[in-house]
Amino acid sequence: MQTLVKNEKRPEEPLVEVHKPAPTETQKPALQLPFISMGQVQNIGMAIASLTVGILWWHFATAINLDFYINFSNVPSPFKVFTAFIAHIQTEIFWTHIGVSMRRILFSYSIAVVLGIGIGLIMGRSRIMRAFVMPYIEVIRPIPAVAWIPLAILMWPTEESSIIYITFLGALFPIVLNTLHGVEQTPEVLVRAVQSLGASRVDVFRHVVIPAALPSIAAGLAIGMGVSWFSLLAGEIISGQYGIGYFTWNAYSLINYQDIVVGMLVIGGLGTASTAAVKLLTRPMLKWQKRAR
Amino acid sequence: MLDVLKFKKPENASENVGKGQIKIEDVSITFGKGPTAHHAVETTSIDIQAGEFVCILGPSGCGKSTLLNAIAGYTNPTTGRVTVDDVEVKGPGPDRGMVFQQYSLLPWKTVYENVAFGPKMAGMTRTESGSVANTFLGLVGLKKFGNRYPAELSGGMQQRVGIARALANYPSVLLMDEPFGALDAQTRLMMQESLLDIWRNFGTTVVFITHDVDEAVFLADRVLVMSAAPGRIIEDVKVKLPRPRSVDMSSSPEYIEARQFCLETIRAESRKAFAEQNA
Repeated sequence: MQTLVKNEKRPEEPLVEVHKPAPTETQKPALQLPFISMGQVQNIGMAIASLTVGILWWHFATAINLDFYINFSNVPSPFKVFTAFIAHIQTEIFWTHIGVSMRRILFSYSIAVVLGIGIGLIMGRSRIMRAFVMPYIEVIRPIPAVAWIPLAILMWPTEESSIIYITFLGALFPIVLNTLHGVEQTPEVLVRAVQSLGASRVDVFRHVVIPAALPSIAAGLAIGMGVSWFSLLAGEIISGQYGIGYFTWNAYSLINYQDIVVGMLVIGGLGTASTAAVKLLTRPMLKWQKRAR
Repeated sequence: MLDVLKFKKPENASENVGKGQIKIEDVSITFGKGPTAHHAVETTSIDIQAGEFVCILGPSGCGKSTLLNAIAGYTNPTTGRVTVDDVEVKGPGPDRGMVFQQYSLLPWKTVYENVAFGPKMAGMTRTESGSVANTFLGLVGLKKFGNRYPAELSGGMQQRVGIARALANYPSVLLMDEPFGALDAQTRLMMQESLLDIWRNFGTTVVFITHDVDEAVFLADRVLVMSAAPGRIIEDVKVKLPRPRSVDMSSSPEYIEARQFCLETIRAESRKAFAEQNA
């Protein structure tokens, strides 16, 4: 270490002495993988380690038939589940289940996105609309998807449409509420600033309100995707003959324990993947935010 | 990086010469009604000449920003009216450029897009608004930073973009609400000099809000001293300092006299307010 500033009392000496650091060889940049930073590699490593610990614990609990408050004696072991999974992915019907579920998600989620953002934006900018629509959201939102099943069957002409309706409802509320929240966060000074630059009401909406709400909307879209998966499951349990929810429920009826867990884990995996896809798709819109940090 | 900037006059700047006369006629502003009503500005009349640089000086909460908002068109006066070039102010518009204290650039638009926004709203094509944006970014010395996002810039640079953005509409009036209040002392001095330079070349009327006596005296032709609760103009001080001004004028007798006078007015007023509170 070199001393950069030397403060000596003798007046004839300069008060500040600057030592220039000796030129070092230009450092080669550390090995960089495209798109993936060191931090991300660490995070992925951590996730793998965490899951491994969980699976080992699961294996251990089923191997000794752990029965201490929680009873593991009827829970299939990870190995059995894995074997069942491998067997299933070689059948065509399993992929049909997954395909049907994904199609339902895509359809109901898309409707929820369009309607949810639209309703949220209108509620956020109009106090009257907000007061008018809010009671419905407050009352309907806490009703669990499963509770909708009987009424949905009675209301909608086909089983398919009632499943879509239940899934749509699940995704709708997080998207509406997050959009509304985002719109309310719009800084008033930005609205004033663009008004002084000649912006009309429509311009204010387009250039200020919507971009200001985008981070919150993106969060709502990710949450909505997760919720739509567990609503879909509720819908598929009673009606339908295809779908990963139906597969899981059917395995329960047939007392096929490993298939129940296969179904559960596939749902978990698909939910995670689709939420990640939503985050990936909304990321370019939030570019400015990333740079700000 | 914070070099003192020299500004060149943009081509269209001469269009505004002789424009930007502000008349505040018997304006009073009250928020709310009944017993909770807040009387922010007491009946006030002010005439501001075209091309004049006026500072409104007063303690925080005295209603000076409210008065500026009435000129900008964000707040409607409870009584009286505000006119700019004999046209009554009904709402915000591009003829009155506004510079806020901070964080008023659109964070999701680049610096360049922020400055080009006004010209675009005025109906210019992409090329036209782009060339205007470049002119004004050049004016404030930030041409190189066009592709950055506001959050990547320092506070002083953001304010320079804010000024460029307001000027890009060639406004006849520039309204500034404590624009340098959040900046550090050095940046602030540099910004004050830059602003005077811009104003000299541009000739727009400037109404500048501040609570800093030195800033007001250094910048203004006229300092309007405001008192609090309810806000009213208690003194109209002409600053006889010659132009162009520079920082070393702060030791000249004219400067000291004007500064002293403003300070004493404020001090007498706050002593009175203090006595009233304790009575």
